[in-house]
Amino acid sequence: MSESEPPLLELDRLEVSYGAIRALRGISVAVRRGEVVALLGANGAGKTTTLRTVSGLLKPRSGGVLFRGERIDGVPAHHVVALGIAHAPEGRRVFPVMSVLENLRMGAYRFRGGARREDLDRVFGLFPRLAERRTQLAGTLSGGEQQMLAIGRALMARPELLLLDEPSMGLAPMVVRQIFEIVREINQQGTTVLLVEQNAAQALRLATRGYVLETGAVVMEETAEVLLRDDRVRAAYLGEGAA
Amino acid sequence: MSSFLDYLTLGIVLGSMYAIFAIGYTLVYGVLQLINFAHSEVFMTGGFVGMIVLTEFAPSRPHGFPSVLWMVIGCLSGMVGGAAIAWCLERVAYRPLRKAHAPRLVFLLSAVGASFFLYNLCGKLFGRTPIQVPSLYTNSVLFHWPGTSVEVRVNQVVVVGAAVVMMIALDRVVNRTKLGSGIRAVAQDAETAGLMGVDIDRVVSRTFVIGGLLGGAAGFLYGYAVSGQVVFTMGFVPGIKAFAAAVLGGIGNVRGAMLGGLLLGVIESFTVPLLGSEWIDVAAFVILVLVLMFRPTGLLGERLGRSA
Repeated sequence: MSESEPPLLELDRLEVSYGAIRALRGISVAVRRGEVVALLGANGAGKTTTLRTVSGLLKPRSGGVLFRGERIDGVPAHHVVALGIAHAPEGRRVFPVMSVLENLRMGAYRFRGGARREDLDRVFGLFPRLAERRTQLAGTLSGGEQQMLAIGRALMARPELLLLDEPSMGLAPMVVRQIFEIVREINQQGTTVLLVEQNAAQALRLATRGYVLETGAVVMEETAEVLLRDDRVRAAYLGEGAA
Repeated sequence: MSSFLDYLTLGIVLGSMYAIFAIGYTLVYGVLQLINFAHSEVFMTGGFVGMIVLTEFAPSRPHGFPSVLWMVIGCLSGMVGGAAIAWCLERVAYRPLRKAHAPRLVFLLSAVGASFFLYNLCGKLFGRTPIQVPSLYTNSVLFHWPGTSVEVRVNQVVVVGAAVVMMIALDRVVNRTKLGSGIRAVAQDAETAGLMGVDIDRVVSRTFVIGGLLGGAAGFLYGYAVSGQVVFTMGFVPGIKAFAAAVLGGIGNVRGAMLGGLLLGVIESFTVPLLGSEWIDVAAFVILVLVLMFRPTGLLGERLGRSA
């Protein structure tokens, strides 16, 4: 990749507030095409806020969000998805009284002609469990299946950039490994991924690079290998050493 | 037996009108978790617009095909009038509050205020006495229930027929179209629907319009075929009944509103022979309270998705 190409996504000194509370205090993050970038940090560090600002659910108070070099902050969420950014939100947020298939079709809502056969086939290829349960209501799926559905639904929008918020939340370790394996496959098929995780160990095994957030600011920015070996990260987020 | 069928017929006629009226409450509740108390004025508008169109434009004694044609025109104009008012209500009374993230109570006050404004405006414009809706045909007996002398009249068939057509059309829109899936998605999780590319404002606006089309039709049918007249307060009591019907079926649930409307109409109708006509409103609401005591989410449950 040439040095001159702008990052696919760039957050430039982003500040976001909820009323008087400053959730993000001027963070700068870059995601290059083809990468998996992990945002790590404790609860309340601002990870989810960052993703919600990128996808247009929140408006920054100052700073900018640049996608392919163009400002997109202030663009409403339903237009952001059409630019090529899909968001699998925290807590999965599948539509509970729609079937698996209807949920996937919702993912393709931005397309005039609706869901495309080949996109459905791709998602069902990645997640055979969803194919088995295509007529089942999403609210009756297990947590792992709902997470698969949330990711599959995001893929239906054919995103260039996939925002994944805590895909491991509340899932058994085996299911988490399985889902991360599939995220790797999605990335290898050409989708750039910005991943928010509390499960730092899993996230860093998958990520190219990572950022550590604390109370709304970036405190570390390193390649995944460096972060995995860093004593502070190991202590604080990997549950090792002097935690 | 024959009087049973008589009251059943009346109940179905009244109930199918309540049903299409109730759908407007339930749809809006589904997408906004808001009771649009001004929906009764959408109904009234439908009645008045239909009356005006028929008075001003329809020939005085149409026969045959023109009768049917003018009936359809009257109903369509009532629908358009209802939809226009519903669209304005959303823009003027609700959207600014949504944008300001106003608390729930403010929406309610805005709804009641809009309702007062609209019906008083109508009273001011058209006077406060009932106005006859011109009739387009003789409301003669169309058929008898098989094997009995119970009559079914043209108007009754028109009301039920129109309501059935509209309910089928609505069910298709909600379940089979892109707008319908947008409506259901917003009802289940508006923010996530936005992430999928659903323009929430547009979906909300169109939901009001759909409710307005049905509410306007209900108003026209009521004015033309049930009471034969329109008056500025005509929306109030049927509005409360239709709202009750929506709650009875499960607020937010489209099929629930249809079922609730029909049931309420039939219950009201049978109250007359069993208890006397002065008990109609009491009976309707006692049933509502009883159902909610045992099934707080209504007969079919609250959920636009399921319903719908």
